[in-house]
Amino acid sequence: MTATSGRAERAVWFSDLVRELTRKELKVRYRNSFLGYVWSVASPAAQALVYFFAFKVIVRIAVDDYGLFLIAGLFTWQWFVNSLTVCTSIFLFNASLIKKVAFPRQALPLASVLNDGIHFALSLPVIAVVAAAYGVWPQLSWLYGLPILVCLQFLLILGFGLLVSSVNLFFRDLERLVTILLSIVFYATPVIYRMDMVPERFRILLFLNPMTPLVVNYQNLLLHGTFQWEMAGLSLFYGVIWLGIGWWVFSHLRWRFAEAL
Amino acid sequence: MIPGEISVDHVSKAYPQYFKLTAGFKSFLFHLPSALDSMRHAHFEALHDISFTVAPGESLGIIGHNGAGKSTMLSLLAGVMLPSEGKVSTSGRIAPVLELGAGFHPDLSGEENVILNAVILGLTRQEALERLNDIVAFSELGEFIHQPIRTYSSGMLVRLGFSVAVHTKPDILLVDEVLAVGDADFQKKSRQRILDLRRHGVSMVLVSHAMETVRAVCDRAIWIEHGRVRATGPVGEVVDAYESGK
Repeated sequence: MTATSGRAERAVWFSDLVRELTRKELKVRYRNSFLGYVWSVASPAAQALVYFFAFKVIVRIAVDDYGLFLIAGLFTWQWFVNSLTVCTSIFLFNASLIKKVAFPRQALPLASVLNDGIHFALSLPVIAVVAAAYGVWPQLSWLYGLPILVCLQFLLILGFGLLVSSVNLFFRDLERLVTILLSIVFYATPVIYRMDMVPERFRILLFLNPMTPLVVNYQNLLLHGTFQWEMAGLSLFYGVIWLGIGWWVFSHLRWRFAEAL
Repeated sequence: MIPGEISVDHVSKAYPQYFKLTAGFKSFLFHLPSALDSMRHAHFEALHDISFTVAPGESLGIIGHNGAGKSTMLSLLAGVMLPSEGKVSTSGRIAPVLELGAGFHPDLSGEENVILNAVILGLTRQEALERLNDIVAFSELGEFIHQPIRTYSSGMLVRLGFSVAVHTKPDILLVDEVLAVGDADFQKKSRQRILDLRRHGVSMVLVSHAMETVRAVCDRAIWIEHGRVRATGPVGEVVDAYESGK
């Protein structure tokens, strides 16, 4: 067997591995097909209702089409939270495999992020329905804008996923830390308020949060049909940086996984 | 190297004692000096200067008391850990016949788990599908194969796990105490299967406390004590020495 055919074979195997792991999660979630779908959109939808009541009805926030605005941000945020929460304990959860079988470990967080990404993509029609209720019809810009944003978000989440999944094996309380950080970063992301409401001097801080340019872009795309290329550029920058950091940490620790378990 | 060959050359394995870390960030930061110190110096040496080779079709037994380093040796052979010193080389596909059914998902059917498990063990989806019928037939699960495996008995699970592991066209089998799989009939069948594989050049490393099994199945044995080789040679001699040394 030549080296190239061996490499090609390994690539086929790796993609099969990721596909089977992703398919497993999807199968389990959609076993009761319709209910599975309802549950995966119920959580962000319920959150949207609560925030709508709190901020539109009570606080009377001055954001137009607030329901749609919330849905756009919350569904996006949900993917981020779900993936990070699952990834944090994914190697711990698969300890028996990690300790016995020498498969490429990155397949586990990769499949998990893909799985949540597919849920997010499947929930886009729900957003479209809410948009239609607000009188916003599907735009041409959605056709290229949404796939680009999904890909950018995938890069970013995979980077964080690799990072937290690897580090958690060595510092087992990272799980708690991640939960706390996520709830802080949520309020540092313009999901329930609009960017221009933030005082000028804090705005720069918000843009240090890698979720900010993504969420802002989704909101503008879904509410106004405008895709912001400069925001996408910033997202790409964060995606590459965090994927780089995540991969670096993962590849330095992966040979120690079986030792720490 | 020929598929099925194993070579372990002056291998030592030491690792830091991770419990200082795995207690978490909080305790790590609170006990920073001692934690750093233990990371740097408190290395636990699980194996020291181990060498052996296994030829295709040959079967090696690794024996020793609990904590002697047998599991670490298996981890090195399985390729899930790297040695601190020396070199471990294996050639061909390794089938770990250990902790059968690791990675099975309780809500998926037996069949779905077979495909998933086979792919994790190194087959492409296509190869897994081609072997599906053989695997199911060997496991003797019949119609149960379409049920979610949370309905299986532990014996059924082990039978399924074993069937997958021995049908992944392995070159090397790593076996850990599990030759006693299922009922007497299935045990006979699984031993027969392993003998067949060995006749086709598949080599095997068996870690076991059951000396009768080691005698029956292995050609050679290596006795590890406190991470060092205490004795090595033909299986009869090493097992006799081990049993009289106890």
